Amino acid sequence: MSADYYRQMARIRRFEETVLEQFSSGLFYGTTHTYIGQEANAVGVLSHLAEGDIVFSNHRCHGHFIAYGGDLRALFAELMGKPSGVVGGIGGSQHIHWRDFYSNGVLGSTAPVATGAALAEKVQGSGKLAVIFLGDGALGEGVLYESLNIAALWQAPILFVLEDNRIAQTTPIELNLAGDIAARFAAFGIPVAELDSSDLTEIADAAAPLFGELRSGGGPQALVLHTARFGPHSKGDDTRDEAAVARLRAERDPLTIHAATLDEAERLGIEAEVADEVAAAFAQAQADPEHQP
Amino acid sequence: MERLNQALYSAFEQDARVHLIGEDLLDPYGGAFKVSKGLSSAYPERVLTSPVSEAAISGVAGGMALRGLLPVVEIMFGDFSTLIADQVINSLTKFRAMYNGAVDVPVVIRAPMGGRRGYGPTHSQTLEKLFLGVPGLRVLAPNTLSDPGQLLLDAILRDPGPVFFVENKLLYLKEVLGQEALAEYQVEQNTPTDSYAATTRLQIQGAPKPTLTLVAYGYMAELAREAQQRLAFEHEIFCELVAPSQLAPFGADGALDPLLLASIQRTRHLLTIEEGSYSLGWGAEVAARAAQALGPALQAVQRVAAAEAPIPASVPLERANLPGVDDIVAAARKMV
Ligand SMILES: Cc1ncc(C[n+]2csc(CCOP(=O)(O)OP(=O)(O)O)c2C)c(N)n1
Ligand SMILES: [Mg+2]
Repeated sequence: MSADYYRQMARIRRFEETVLEQFSSGLFYGTTHTYIGQEANAVGVLSHLAEGDIVFSNHRCHGHFIAYGGDLRALFAELMGKPSGVVGGIGGSQHIHWRDFYSNGVLGSTAPVATGAALAEKVQGSGKLAVIFLGDGALGEGVLYESLNIAALWQAPILFVLEDNRIAQTTPIELNLAGDIAARFAAFGIPVAELDSSDLTEIADAAAPLFGELRSGGGPQALVLHTARFGPHSKGDDTRDEAAVARLRAERDPLTIHAATLDEAERLGIEAEVADEVAAAFAQAQADPEHQP
Repeated sequence: MERLNQALYSAFEQDARVHLIGEDLLDPYGGAFKVSKGLSSAYPERVLTSPVSEAAISGVAGGMALRGLLPVVEIMFGDFSTLIADQVINSLTKFRAMYNGAVDVPVVIRAPMGGRRGYGPTHSQTLEKLFLGVPGLRVLAPNTLSDPGQLLLDAILRDPGPVFFVENKLLYLKEVLGQEALAEYQVEQNTPTDSYAATTRLQIQGAPKPTLTLVAYGYMAELAREAQQRLAFEHEIFCELVAPSQLAPFGADGALDPLLLASIQRTRHLLTIEEGSYSLGWGAEVAARAAQALGPALQAVQRVAAAEAPIPASVPLERANLPGVDDIVAAARKMV
């Protein structure tokens, strides 16, 4: 298990590093938002997912998608705008859908949609639940609060995961947010767990009882994860103090933290395999044909 | 109104996936305009009276639709459709295309629009033009010349969606015109297709060859029909009236509803009539397409629409702001 979690995080890390390395080569269209530093959130939370559960994601969706089980080649191809992409190159980096996974780059707009999706599962008695990932920046959007109210009123089986990396694009949380994050959920009567950690095991453990509640018929739950973004918001647009970002990398890298549970040889083996896997996926996507409109 | 209410009943009865979401829907109230009356008693589990959250309920409906339900949203006043714009434009109408055709979004959003009731600037508007030209959105508006119930039922049960369904408030009080009421007209009706919903064309029986096409939708089709009568009997100006119930999409490559196009080709004079404000509206698009299709054969185009000012509550001032029968008659007389 532990090794598998490490592999998943390493896969996200290597995928995102490749995206950043290759962006300047002109192979990718549009923009991207990498998940480097936050890998433990997606892998830890989604480790509890069951077949048919729904995931809604935001602009920073690559990590969520890969942790969900999404295909690396298809995601590279999507960024390259190719027919073999996750959604045929139409959505691009922020707008993907595969199986029960959906993302949209309009902040907060996914909250009512995910709530409605969860309600549909409830109405149809499928026993499935929805998980939605939101950033701290999305807390500025009004429709989120309308959705929390409705999710609580109508007891939607949904887990709101709030990834607080203390920044939205370039604006630090101090300039974006008044009051408390967890209290926002609590105000709607939504049970909320809160954690400041980059340790996958701690995150997975914190999420476990929330999934338990949802699976036993409970209404909405919230998980506030204080986390750290290591890379730029998009590409080359990090306005933060370099030393502060370096400190974050040194102190709370989820891969380094989780590596302590593995022996060195095993870890190196996983890293080598993942590097090959990602390189192969990239090469395949690169070789895939372009659209011929 | 009864037809719409009955259509909702039929939809609920025919398909258990149909749900209704909106504000103040519960009986005995049954929604602000009573279109939803009785439904919450008959189907308590499937009628969700909601908080005052237009943005969220339209998004919730989108999520329900993605996951296999057939939700209908009631917006209390169409004026508040501004609040659903992001969900409609950036989510509901995007999903099918941006997820590469893998999903349908069968949502119908119903919104009562229109003035002439003294409700004032923010409860009287005809705002659907803001939603025309949004790719992926079908905009429908019933009139009294074809069955509004069928239009709604088809939208709910058969359209892969999303659909914005515009209900003029004054039409709630009108009866659908039956064969008897239409006996004095030569009536032509299309067979609704995936491209065009019901369109009706009226021409007064036995009148000389029409020289002008009036095109109007919703309640304005009623006023246009009155104007058609007055023009014929008081001014000897004979018109064809075309009343489409689909406002968008228009069709690819400058296409125009075939019934409308044929009428304009016969009369070569076009008067567009709408209750929304004058500029950049539905009539402008109809006129542009008519010009594209006919070229120099199109001899004259005019538009009748509301003034470009907030709609006053005072009834005489409101009457002056909104287009009426007199305005249609006056515009037509200047054209032919
Ligand atoms: C409605 C909306 N407004 C603005 C943006 C532009 N934008 C993209 S990401 C972003 C910041 C998001 O911050 P946060 O929610 O904290 O997520 P993070 O990027 O930190 O993961 C902004 C402002 C957007 N995508 N959607
Ligand atoms: Mg953030």
